[in-house]
Amino acid sequence: MNAPAKAKSKQSSDAMNTPGEAPVSEAPATAQAPVKMRASGVNFHYGSFRALYDISLDFPANKVTALIGPSGCGKSTFLRSLNRINETLRGTRIDGEITLDGEDVLKMDVTSLRRRVGMVFQRPNPFPKSIFENVAYGVRVNGLASRSELPEIVEKSLRRAALWDEVRDKLNESAHALSGGQQQRLCIARGLAVNPEVLLLDEPCSALDPIATAKIEDLLVAIKDQCTIVIVTHNMQQAARVADNTGFFLLGRLIEHDRTDVIFKNPAKRETEDYITGRFG
Amino acid sequence: MTARNLYRKTLNNVMLTLTGVCAFVTVSTLFVVLAYLVYNGATSVNLDFFTKLPKPTGEAGGGMANAIVGSAEIVGFAALVGVPIGFFTGVYLSEWGADGTFAFVIRYMCDLLNGVPSIVVGIFASIVIVKPMGSFSALAGGFALSLMMIPITAKSTEQFLLEVPRTLREGSLALGASKWRTIASVVVPAARRGIMTGIILGIARISGEAAPLLFTSLNNEYWSNPFKEPTASLPYMIYTRALSPYDDWHRQAWAAGLVLLGLVLIANIAARLILTRGNSAARG
Repeated sequence: MNAPAKAKSKQSSDAMNTPGEAPVSEAPATAQAPVKMRASGVNFHYGSFRALYDISLDFPANKVTALIGPSGCGKSTFLRSLNRINETLRGTRIDGEITLDGEDVLKMDVTSLRRRVGMVFQRPNPFPKSIFENVAYGVRVNGLASRSELPEIVEKSLRRAALWDEVRDKLNESAHALSGGQQQRLCIARGLAVNPEVLLLDEPCSALDPIATAKIEDLLVAIKDQCTIVIVTHNMQQAARVADNTGFFLLGRLIEHDRTDVIFKNPAKRETEDYITGRFG
Repeated sequence: MTARNLYRKTLNNVMLTLTGVCAFVTVSTLFVVLAYLVYNGATSVNLDFFTKLPKPTGEAGGGMANAIVGSAEIVGFAALVGVPIGFFTGVYLSEWGADGTFAFVIRYMCDLLNGVPSIVVGIFASIVIVKPMGSFSALAGGFALSLMMIPITAKSTEQFLLEVPRTLREGSLALGASKWRTIASVVVPAARRGIMTGIILGIARISGEAAPLLFTSLNNEYWSNPFKEPTASLPYMIYTRALSPYDDWHRQAWAAGLVLLGLVLIANIAARLILTRGNSAARG
C-alpha cells in the first residue's frame, strides 16, 4: 500500500501551493481550491428514463475528483454531461446548470467547450492514423498551432503522457500497432495536446492490466497541476490512490461527496459505507 | 438404438447431404460457366482482339478494341456521376439519417431504384439524354448505368460507415472537432477500405449490363466520339455477335464474354483483397 501514501503526500503539497479562495460550496473538500467546474441541480433523461436526479457537485481546480458507484448508477452519464458528449445520443435531455469558470456550459459553443474540457474513454479509441497524427488531430481541428509547431506539441504531449520514450522512433506508424495501455496513454496525450483545462476520464483503466493501470495513475497525479481531473472508476482502490475528492453515486443520485479519505474512512451515509465495505455493488 | 434415435440420425444425414449438394451446385455453377467460356473463348482471345476494330461481316479476324475502350468510357461516366452521389447519400443516411421520415424515404427510394428493371432505366435515360441531344452516346449509357450505381454505392457506404464504432466518433467530437470534420477526418478514413470495396463491386456489377445500353449508347463498329456518337461496349457486342448467324462472330462473342468476366473477376478479387487486408490491419 505504497501508492495511497504517495498520492496523499502529493495532495497535501498541492493544497499548500493553491491558496484557497472563499468557500463556495457546502462541501468541506472544495473549500481548499477555487471551483473550476460546478454542476447544480442537473437532471438527465434518456428518452423517458431518468438517469440523473438533481446532481450538484463542485470540481475544485487542479484536483482529482473520482466518481464511484455501482454499474448503471449514472456516474458515466454525469461525466459525459460535463463536455456535452451525451447530447450526440438521440433522445437525451438535460436540465439544471453546469458552469466552467462561471460560464454556462449548456449555452457555450460546443466545440470550444470540448476543446477546454477533454475526455478519455473507457476503451482506448485511437484514430486509424499514425501516432503523430493522433496527437496532432485536436490541434489541427481547432487551428491552435501552425504546421511547423506540431512536432514540438506532439513531443511535449507524448512526454506528459509518459509515452514519448516508447514511441519516439515510430511516430509515423499506425496507432493500432501499440498495446492497449500504450493506446490509452496515446489517447491521454491526444487530449492533453489541446491544453484542456479539465480532463474527464471514463473508467480509463478498465480494459488495462495492473502495470498499465499504475502508469496511468502516476500520470494523472503528475498532470493535475496543469488541469482539473474528473475520473469515473469502478475500482475503489484506484479512487483511493489518485483522487483528492470522491463522490458516490447510487441509482442516479449523488449520495455524498467529500475528501477521499473521509469518504473511505468515515462516510456520512449508510449507503456509502455499504458500498465501500463491499456489502453490495 | 430406438426407432426415434434412428429417425433423428437419418434426418440429420439427409439434411446434411441436401445442404451440401446445394452448396456444391452453387459453387460449381461458377466453375462450369468459367470453363465453358474459357473453352469457347480462349482460342479467339488474342492480341488482335484487344487492338483491332471489328472486321466487316464475312471477313474473319478483327477485334473489339473500340468496345473495350467504349465500355471503359461508359463505366467511367457512370462512376463519375454515380460514385460521388451514391457516396454522399450513404454518408447522409449513416450520419444524419438514423431516424426521421426524410431518411426513411431516401432509404426506401434507394431500395426501389435498386429494383427497377435495368431496361426501364435504359428507356428513362434515352428520354432524358438521348432525345434532347439527338444522338446515342457513351454519355447517355453512362448516365443510365450511374442510376444503377447510385443505390449500390449508397447502400454499401452506409453499411460500412455504420460499422465504425461510436467511440471513435466520440473521440473526435470530444477534442472539439465539428461533426463534419469528424466524418471527413475520422469516420470515412476508418471505413475507407469497405467503401472502396463497395464501389469496386458496384462498378463490376454495372459493367456487365447490356439492357440499359440498348437505347442509350447503342453500338458502333468503329471508333466514336463518346459525347455525341453511338459507342460500342462489350456487353452490347456480345448481344449482337451471339445473335448473328456467323461462326466467327460467335467465337468473338465468347471471347468478349471471357474478357468481360475476367475483368469482373479481377475487380472482385481486388475488392476482397482490399477488404481482408484492411481487417487484419485493424485487428493489429
